[in-house]
Amino acid sequence: MMEARVLLEVDDLHKSFGATEVLRGITLRVRAKEVIILIGPSGSGKSTLLRCINRLEEPTRGRIRVDGVEITERGVDLNHVRRHIGMVFQAFNLYPHLTALGNVTLALRKVIRMSRPEAEARGRRMLEHVGLSDKVDARPSELSGGQQQRVAIARALALEPKLMLFDEPTSALDPELVGGVLRVMRDLREEGMTMIVVTHEMSFARDAGDRVLFMDGGEILDEGPPATMFRDPAHPRTREFLRRILHGAPGGA
Amino acid sequence: MRGLGETFFNGAVIAKYLPALLGGFRVTLALAAAVVTLGIFLGLALAMARAFRIRALNWLIVAFVDVFRTLPQLVVMVFLYFGLPYAGLTISAFLAAVLGLGLVLAAFAEEAFWAAITAIPRGQWEAARSTGLSFAQALASVVMPQAIRVAIPLLTNRTIAITKGTALASVISVPEILDQAQSAMSLSANASPLVVGGALYLAIFAPFVAFSRWLERRFGWII
Repeated sequence: MMEARVLLEVDDLHKSFGATEVLRGITLRVRAKEVIILIGPSGSGKSTLLRCINRLEEPTRGRIRVDGVEITERGVDLNHVRRHIGMVFQAFNLYPHLTALGNVTLALRKVIRMSRPEAEARGRRMLEHVGLSDKVDARPSELSGGQQQRVAIARALALEPKLMLFDEPTSALDPELVGGVLRVMRDLREEGMTMIVVTHEMSFARDAGDRVLFMDGGEILDEGPPATMFRDPAHPRTREFLRRILHGAPGGA
Repeated sequence: MRGLGETFFNGAVIAKYLPALLGGFRVTLALAAAVVTLGIFLGLALAMARAFRIRALNWLIVAFVDVFRTLPQLVVMVFLYFGLPYAGLTISAFLAAVLGLGLVLAAFAEEAFWAAITAIPRGQWEAARSTGLSFAQALASVVMPQAIRVAIPLLTNRTIAITKGTALASVISVPEILDQAQSAMSLSANASPLVVGGALYLAIFAPFVAFSRWLERRFGWII
């Protein structure tokens, strides 16, 4: 099997908030086109890990390289780094004063300095891509949660990122709206997008994930392909967590 | 009844002093426009500067805001007009009135805009920064358009109250409506000029109040 190039390298990453150590030495390699599923109980550091990767949080210690560029170095142009890492948030975080198209084109105009027609053409393509070509001019308040999250995905994709980070993208959605968002994410996988997904959607993890990582207490305790992880996890805490997730309320944790 | 008409609605007196009162109307209008412009834009600029959280600068901004929120606008005005000359700096009465009211309005406006900026959810900043916008770009394109809407209802009443204070400028003899009405009143020994003056204030501030109501309705949605 051909080994794809490594896109993300995380080495011995530590993060503390005051006296609380949230990440305790995370080391991780993600290859191009890989889909990584991050699972674990709340407070285990999953979100913090994602937020360190695009430096929304400042790591206390450790190294992160994205496509060969050290992003934890002093003096690195963070705005340039972030352009290549898309992020999708649990709470969507759409800009309420802009239309769907305005949300998607803002960074194109301000960061890449595209002309308005150029940015809008790409913005429309992106919204079409997530199945919202009829909602171009809608405000976030006029959209369902699922539609808002798809706009948020289009907003991140518009910058043509090398890596997409999803922080519980479906946790805030009504159950009947989850499918549409997951469908868009599956399409992305088919197109070869590299993704790290924090999620409790175990069916998605099973059929869209290449590798499942189980985090607890700020460490990666267990990892493996979904089939192995769900059938026969090595670590007893993974087993316990999965039992709770799989037999508890759907989507909850 | 006839006496009352003579005292408050005396046609001859009104006709005689109307040109002076209309001159006062123009001065009040200019004062009000200058005060609102200075107060709102300076307040907005200070609040945006404060968002950068530069310690020394923020200390200065907070000191400015607290001083001018504390001092009565009349004290500021009188100090600027009668006090500054002792330091060898003389400014016109009109400028002293604009600064006196404008700086006080700027202090309150800064607080309203700052409260609004801090009310914008952190996720808005994070979404903007995660797509590569700089702090300044996120502030200008994502946070301020929302913060300004949030600030409008906090701001309209205060703006009206402070801008009405243009009447205080009569104390430093700016020839605005009240100043003109008072001198006309003492010259004519008749109260009609003050009635006309009141009508002129209404003519300026009633549309102003109506406009602020419209602003609140149009933009005052809560996120």
